Amino acid sequence: MSLNISVVFQGGLDNLFSKKPSHKLTIPATSDGKPANLTYLIFWLRDNLLSEREELFIQDGTVRPGILVLVNEVEGSGDGTDWELLGEGDYELKSGDEIIFISTLHGG
Amino acid sequence: MPPKLCALCNEARAILKRPKTGQQICRDCFFYVFETEVHNTIMEARLFKRGDRVAIGASGGKDSTVLAYVMKALNDRYDYGLELFLLSIDEGITGYRDDSLETVKRNQQQYDMPLKILSYDELYGWTMDAIVAQIGKKNNCTFCGVFRRQALDRGAAMLNVDHIVTGHNADDIAETVLMNIMRGDIARLGRCTLICTQGEDTIKRSKPFKYTYEKEIVMYAYFKKLDYFSTECIYSPDAYRGHARVFLKDLEAARPSAIIDIIHSGEAFEVKDEVKATQKIQQTCKRCGYMSSNELCKACTLLEGLERGLATAAITDRGRKKLEESATSTENMRTIPFFQMPAGQAATATAIS
Ligand SMILES: [Zn+2]
Ligand SMILES: [Zn+2]
Repeated sequence: MSLNISVVFQGGLDNLFSKKPSHKLTIPATSDGKPANLTYLIFWLRDNLLSEREELFIQDGTVRPGILVLVNEVEGSGDGTDWELLGEGDYELKSGDEIIFISTLHGG
Repeated sequence: MPPKLCALCNEARAILKRPKTGQQICRDCFFYVFETEVHNTIMEARLFKRGDRVAIGASGGKDSTVLAYVMKALNDRYDYGLELFLLSIDEGITGYRDDSLETVKRNQQQYDMPLKILSYDELYGWTMDAIVAQIGKKNNCTFCGVFRRQALDRGAAMLNVDHIVTGHNADDIAETVLMNIMRGDIARLGRCTLICTQGEDTIKRSKPFKYTYEKEIVMYAYFKKLDYFSTECIYSPDAYRGHARVFLKDLEAARPSAIIDIIHSGEAFEVKDEVKATQKIQQTCKRCGYMSSNELCKACTLLEGLERGLATAAITDRGRKKLEESATSTENMRTIPFFQMPAGQAATATAIS
């Protein structure tokens, strides 16, 4: 079983992912028998998509402070929801979800 | 998990958690509270007078792009009666500033505001690319900071504006408070939290986003789909600020109110008179007329160092003395045009309230 999801990088984060802002991905639907969640996706991205400087993306088992995460749920309104409202890393992914990572750290 | 309802309107679905209050609110309520808080900040500090000509310091980045959008919206909604301009400084950094200026040019169209671009090349005869080619990447931020500050004032004088607003947000100000504490720069500590600064010979500057969290600025830009540029400067960023910034983000992750708390701490420091007395009295630069605490302003000193091939000497106090002792005439040397304050500065009108 696998999930089809989209991932979008904004605010300069695309530079860590081969300078490509949006990616269509197929990822395993479960890991260790549990449904794939956002924490699993973050590590999957590190292992499979990140092209450089891991420390700018991951810190202490989650995204680095200063990176915002939004989830555009497949059945949602199309605008995205702050992951802090969805249980953060525990949010279980669904096929068709779009996940947006935005760095707040660049420029003024 | 069932969708949560907005804590303010109780109708629409919540889409974000406010870092300042922890409230979970919907998109429209977020736009409303974000804009209204900036409006309240402007009103409480009495930043503007009806008829003011106001330049928005625009870099194409998230903060100034959102500031331009919100200033325009508030000026229309509350009838401030301001004339708004975009003012951009072109430092001459290929692959960085040239791209971000393209964003500002699109903003000019989108927001229908006049745009003035003033370049280091035009003002000082040196681009940052040329400066870095001469001095390397070590101290280039010193040059860029001094040159940008003066360029903004001079651009504002050319536009004949009364006031410059910049996109500095709560996170930036908290960072600066931390840096001033770490450096023991107590005189600056008091000043860096001021929402508005105005010397006798400088154009008024203020920060309408003083209490606005960076997270909310980025969320606002995202939900409004605003067009901004986000790339790190290609020359070595300010490493010291970088450390303060990472430290602050770590604190915020543990306790979101940390940012506002640090700003309040900075505000609570009262600078004693004897500390103030050690600050040098301001005069005007004998070469270019810009305000200065020495005979020559920092920009003229740095420029002279560049022109004479002694650029790094101009950065330290000792080096500057050497430069002065070996002073030669400024003939055959590029200098900065003489600075004059815009004519309309003294005009008085009643504050918007
Ligand atoms: Zn609402
Ligand atoms: Zn000068």
